[in-house]
Amino acid sequence: MLVRRPSDIPPSEITPRRFYERRRELMKFAAAGSILGAAGVLARGTHAQEKTLGLPKLENVAKSSLSTKEPLTAYKHVTSYNNYYEFGTEKEAPEVYAKRLKVRPWSVVVDGEVAKPRTFAIEDLLKFPLEERIYRLRCVEAWSMVIPWVGFELNRIAGFVEPTARAKFVEFVSAHQPETMPGVRLPVLEWPYTEALRIDEAMHPLTLLAVGLYGEALPNQNGAPLRLVVPWKYGFKSGKSIVRIRFVEKQPKTAWERANPHEYGFYSNVNPSVDHPRWSQKRERRIPEFFARRETVLFNGYGDQVAGLYAGMDLKKFF
Amino acid sequence: MSLSPKTVSALKAIVFVLALVPLARLAAGALFFPDWLGANPAEFITRSTGDWTLRFLLATLAVTPLRKVFGWHWLLRFRRMLGLYAFFYAVVHLSSYVSFDHVFELAEILADIVKRPFITVGFTALVLMIPLAVTSTDGMVRRIGAKRWLSLHRLVYIIAPLGVLHFWWMVKKDVTEPAIYAAVLAMLLGYRLVAKLTGRRRGGRLPRGTAAEPRPNA
Repeated sequence: MLVRRPSDIPPSEITPRRFYERRRELMKFAAAGSILGAAGVLARGTHAQEKTLGLPKLENVAKSSLSTKEPLTAYKHVTSYNNYYEFGTEKEAPEVYAKRLKVRPWSVVVDGEVAKPRTFAIEDLLKFPLEERIYRLRCVEAWSMVIPWVGFELNRIAGFVEPTARAKFVEFVSAHQPETMPGVRLPVLEWPYTEALRIDEAMHPLTLLAVGLYGEALPNQNGAPLRLVVPWKYGFKSGKSIVRIRFVEKQPKTAWERANPHEYGFYSNVNPSVDHPRWSQKRERRIPEFFARRETVLFNGYGDQVAGLYAGMDLKKFF
Repeated sequence: MSLSPKTVSALKAIVFVLALVPLARLAAGALFFPDWLGANPAEFITRSTGDWTLRFLLATLAVTPLRKVFGWHWLLRFRRMLGLYAFFYAVVHLSSYVSFDHVFELAEILADIVKRPFITVGFTALVLMIPLAVTSTDGMVRRIGAKRWLSLHRLVYIIAPLGVLHFWWMVKKDVTEPAIYAAVLAMLLGYRLVAKLTGRRRGGRLPRGTAAEPRPNA
């Protein structure tokens, strides 16, 4: 069972952005002939009705068969309910304060156990072929969303830098801008925020470097200008505003592990049978619903794709 | 500053209505204005009612120090209402958790209470508030006698710290907000401790009803 909700909304009902943006032309086209088809696309599309921040639109975004068919979480909720502690620990804080984040110039250093270390300018990364991936996001706090990310697979980076045989893990370092980030004045976590994956997790086709959502550039509060998205793990594993990607031999200690190793493990795979010490992970609340009535699914429903990575591992021990 | 009984009655009516504003805002948000409660309305309601429980508890505990320090004895007339509002918001808080978070799964809730310390202390605090709410009427004070009533109501010195501890243990990492509640609570309880110690040093107990008083105008 992937999710409780039946797949009552096929992907075809979510209006692709490129159709939405050309809706006037499509109207003419519809008037000219295929009224039924075009009307269906326009009337039922959920994308189409979203009021966004109007950030730069991302061009030539391909669809993906890895996208979920579930209804999307509204743009305003995706961008107003965020955990981005560098801007404060309140969910509302990032929307207010992340406006200050300096996202240009931006570059990402890729180094460590690689044959060809390299620094990518954000402009170069934005030229990678982009895909839309509609993923479920499950937060460790037992709420979830469905988000149409735009990005590319992290494994594309590997092709450029050529990781060596010693590269067993990948560490992700987030931006640390004390002048724009009010939250880093408090020692809530060790700054900069760091996260890490095992190399096979990092190179998995589901692991995304996202540069946008809802067809537009990533809002600052969601981790502009580029962030990690690992849909089968709790949200905090997906570091925001990445400035460095380091291939390493030893398993790095992540920011949350350092803060509280008892509550936040290195793997942090979504798992309904491993509770957080302070709350159950059995069910979740899909934003903005009132009742936390959805059964949480192992690996956030991506078990078919990722369960093999953990064959033979005791997921209670390696939580 | 002393106030006439009439003024106090009018003020009480105003405070009674004002104390319902947080609830009214939540109800209006839940029913008509979803934007008021944001992306996670259930969490908003649980947090907000928890906050208001602590605020009313602290307000209740502030009555005696304010009376002593500023001589505002009329404040005593508000104490029962403030205490009952603390209980009221605690009940809404619990209901929100039971319904929204646990969709009335009783076995799950019981497991939560036993397994998770922050739930354990929060639930204990709420349970301890029940006898105080039940014995808050004039009739009950008479029935059990002022002296026993007084010692029973000293439970608030356990309830309030448990409430703050519940908040402290609940937050994921940043304890700034619970620390503020803890500081105010420490001041309010510290005042009593100091008053008691200095009173003793002077070779006697404080006059009756310093820490808590059974009846407003008795």
